[in-house]
Amino acid sequence: MADATAPATSDASAAHAGPRELQHQFDTVEQQRDASSLGMWVFLVTEILFFGGLFLAYTVYRSQYARAFAEASRHLDITLGTFNTVVLIVSSLTMALAVFSASTGRRRALLAFLLATMALGGVFLGVKAVEYGHKFHDHLVPGPHFRFPGPYARPAEIFYSLYFAMTGLHAAHMVIGIGLLTVLVLQARKGRYGPGYYTPVEVCGLYWHFVDIVWIFLFPLLYLIGRHIH
Amino acid sequence: MRETFPLFPQQASSMAPRVDNLYFYLLAVSAFFAALIALAVIYFAIKYRRRSESETPPGVEGSMKLEVAWSVIPLLITFTFFFWGANLFFAMNRPPPDALEISIVGKQWMWKIQHADGQREINELHVPVGRAVRLTLTSEDVIHDFFVPAFRMKKDVVPGRYSTAWFEATRPGRYHVFCAQYCGTKHSAMTGWVEVMDPLAFQNWLAGGTGSESLASAGAKLFAQHACNTCHRPDSLARGPNLEGLFGKTVKLQDGRTLVADENYIRESIVMPNAKIVEGFQPIMPTFQGLISEEGLLQLVAYIKSLSKAGPSPAGIPPPVKESAPEREAPK
Amino acid sequence: MSTAVVAPPPEAPAVEPPVHYLNATYGVKSWLLTRDHKRIALLYLASITFFFFLGGLFALLIRLELLTPAGDLVQSQTYNKLFTMHGVIMVFFFLIPSIPAVLGNFLIPMMIGARDLAFPRLNLLSWYIYMVGALFTLWAVVHGGVDTGWTFYTPYSTASSNTHVIATAVGIFITGFSSILTGLNFIVTIHTMRAPGLTWFRLPLFVWSHYATSLIFVLATPVIAVTLLMVAVERLFHLGIFDPRLGGDPILFQHLFWFYSHPAVYIMVLPAMGVVSELVTTFSRKNIFGYKFVAFASIGIAVLGFLVWGHHMFVSGQSVFAGMIFSILSFLVAIPSAVKVFNWTATMYKGSISYRTPMLYAFGFIGLFTIGGLTGLFLATLGVDVHVHDTYFIVAHFHYIMVGGAIMGYLGGIHYWWPKISGKLYPEAWARFAALVVFLGFNLTFFPQFILGYLGMPRRYHAYPEEFQVLNVMSTAGASILGAGYIIPMIYLVWSMRYGRAAPANPWGSTGLEWDTPSPPPTENFLTTPVVTDEPYHYSPGEVEIVG
Repeated sequence: MADATAPATSDASAAHAGPRELQHQFDTVEQQRDASSLGMWVFLVTEILFFGGLFLAYTVYRSQYARAFAEASRHLDITLGTFNTVVLIVSSLTMALAVFSASTGRRRALLAFLLATMALGGVFLGVKAVEYGHKFHDHLVPGPHFRFPGPYARPAEIFYSLYFAMTGLHAAHMVIGIGLLTVLVLQARKGRYGPGYYTPVEVCGLYWHFVDIVWIFLFPLLYLIGRHIH
Repeated sequence: MRETFPLFPQQASSMAPRVDNLYFYLLAVSAFFAALIALAVIYFAIKYRRRSESETPPGVEGSMKLEVAWSVIPLLITFTFFFWGANLFFAMNRPPPDALEISIVGKQWMWKIQHADGQREINELHVPVGRAVRLTLTSEDVIHDFFVPAFRMKKDVVPGRYSTAWFEATRPGRYHVFCAQYCGTKHSAMTGWVEVMDPLAFQNWLAGGTGSESLASAGAKLFAQHACNTCHRPDSLARGPNLEGLFGKTVKLQDGRTLVADENYIRESIVMPNAKIVEGFQPIMPTFQGLISEEGLLQLVAYIKSLSKAGPSPAGIPPPVKESAPEREAPK
Repeated sequence: MSTAVVAPPPEAPAVEPPVHYLNATYGVKSWLLTRDHKRIALLYLASITFFFFLGGLFALLIRLELLTPAGDLVQSQTYNKLFTMHGVIMVFFFLIPSIPAVLGNFLIPMMIGARDLAFPRLNLLSWYIYMVGALFTLWAVVHGGVDTGWTFYTPYSTASSNTHVIATAVGIFITGFSSILTGLNFIVTIHTMRAPGLTWFRLPLFVWSHYATSLIFVLATPVIAVTLLMVAVERLFHLGIFDPRLGGDPILFQHLFWFYSHPAVYIMVLPAMGVVSELVTTFSRKNIFGYKFVAFASIGIAVLGFLVWGHHMFVSGQSVFAGMIFSILSFLVAIPSAVKVFNWTATMYKGSISYRTPMLYAFGFIGLFTIGGLTGLFLATLGVDVHVHDTYFIVAHFHYIMVGGAIMGYLGGIHYWWPKISGKLYPEAWARFAALVVFLGFNLTFFPQFILGYLGMPRRYHAYPEEFQVLNVMSTAGASILGAGYIIPMIYLVWSMRYGRAAPANPWGSTGLEWDTPSPPPTENFLTTPVVTDEPYHYSPGEVEIVG
């Protein structure tokens, strides 16, 4: 956005006059949209591998310490976890509706849905913070103060290491997502998006859905594994 | 006695010539291909050097036949490397059953060695010539690696588990031991010597040592000291599995899996008793992690192994002192 | 620190002042906020040159220490920090960005006839991310360094080392995102921005190899990022994912580490292979022999490279069967590399071969990469790897690939495209001399290390038994020559920016699109969008001879 290099590129940009949003390196709006969309998909592939390392560690240890993981999992708050899952699924819906509103040129609806998505994301993070607080209070945070009654203390500490690593990384992605949505809201207020140009909304939508899907995997793997083993 | 400028390592184990033969084969094939490519590049560079700035040679179409040839032929050659190398690797990982047992604990930055009948040494390993030796290795802190170049033997020494390696020395002498896995400040000082001796000299050395108590009997003492026999006993009061004859047997676990009771399983059952619960028992055993040293764990393992051998334990070790006490283990 | 290095270019000659990317605008701000891929490439060039000489300085100190068997020049822990920082800086801050971020950034848009990369702002952001990561690491270096080895093996890195592991790991973590974004940018650019008529099989092989490299950037880098993040978090918050005292598995770290770091070797060498394909064709004036085989060999290396990480762990205690699988897959990945070498050699057949400096580097690359690749077979062979693993044999092997391969390719590429980048010609005689010095110095440094390794000298040893001294002295002597060989080009290339003769648009008579535009190119790369109608490397219209 900061067009600091304008002197270097402005002549050239003028030569490829087109819609205001068309950047100078592209020939057509379609080419630009294809590039953005492909770029986000490639980025999401990267993200899958990023979480993949942790999922691998989880798989290895869970197969090794199945009972301990089940026991440790029982100390997670399934009610709050379920509530958060519903919150995130609804936020995916509002995000999808935001993209739809942008593509059909409904600016007020777009703003409303973006704000709703942000609010739901905020609720999720708030609930997460409450859960973390409980874990801290219950001495379930790995480290010197970790306490876990019963015979499974050590593998349970690994479980909680993974729990904090995975949900923490996920929460960091939520924070980034809310930051992106803030930018979208500011731009949308200026009327930047309409049927002719809403790539940023679409691309951020892809990211938001990805973050939700990660949670859809995290929730059963972390919260529900204790429910069927006795 | 040592050469001042050697270009090739000494061969002092049964494995060394076998590794070297494969190495020479690889060297020959590599030299052939390196020479082939170098000569072709030099020949073309001279023969087809640019003679005038304006010359343009005709283009060349690729050749499927050549591409297939120079893909398939090298591939087949590498398969010979693979099979030969894998064969050797198998041999390196299969200690002969009658091998002499020695356990080694690495810590920053020394090697602590225990012989089966109680001899202990640090950074020096005495072994007889012509007898297979099986090493059980573990670490107290970080990953180390026990490397004897003259034996072509190397094994990572990983905390929290046992690794095994074996060799059969073929030539008396003194050979370097190096730690080959970077382990901190004094990594390059974590070295030692293997002293390969005539069998007779080795017997004398053993007899002259200070170690009076065998590994297994030291383990038996630890077993009693930690009151393991309160639960691990053969009678109806047993709250843990009976350990007699356990080693090498198949164990059925509560979750339906089965495994063979080896050294790593016994070690894990002591330090992390509830990782694997034996079918029919409750996860009640407390952990002994931190209460028993790595050397003590090796003694306990040796003791439990000795419970599976008929009569006196291996390598002429006297029977465990606690033979009469109810022995059972606490493996999960 | 790089701002000082990127001085404004010399003024254009008074006679004819064509506007190009270097003189279009002036001032520090016009460089630091640029979105022109060519200027960003130069920002990278300045930064990685700094890190190359910093890493080289550490290497020199290492070699000086090893001149004598006793550890008498520096203390053990200082030595450990030296080789750690040498590895970290050379791998993460020089080799990985070297060819992609400098030459790839500069050339890919031009080679495909585009005005810029698909995401110019993201490209600039990549450089800033790289610099932020670099600052973290430099902070660690300045405040006492780090001593874990560049491999960060647990539990040493998490539980034992008392040096700046966190700052270094975070620095590498951050820099990883620079690589990811660069790779993403290249993939999208190559997919969506090719000029009319430029089909996939008309792409220069340099572009193919960068496409393959980008796949690795995108798929492997996130895994090392999260792994090093876990190491940092384990130290910081006492999470216990790799902690053996909790029943955690330090070997799991090695799996995750090498899942990235083996493909990372191909990140370093694939772009150099792309450079060599351009050099061999240009200076033989021939189309490449077996274009599709060379192109698909790049993709094959990238894909197979993901399946061989376990060959770094043959002695770690992984199962014998896992070892066998990783062994045979490692042999498979050797084949596409061999195919490339054979095709380059065959390209020279009946060519018109010129001995200009870039071609000398290409010769050097072929020779040294062949030795590096063949010694890789020793390491893939299970029974032999047990003996040479973690010895100087492996040090020699990977330096033959990374220094003999990647840096020879990088220097060859820098010389080849220097007229395009700077608009100036470098002094040919000096350049040939430097190429020869580098080649000889390199071999004297690293060939003795193969012998040392088979003798059993372990790597990362501060002090060593006396019988290894002669070979170590040879290696140190070679390193001094090699160091001089690297300084000479640095001097004459900087000199040529002001005093060199002006370069024509196409000094070598090459065929690529980047030579179809003035030297240096205008900001938009081309005055008109090119249309491609020919096969690549089309040196001799009409005549094609069938071989074999």
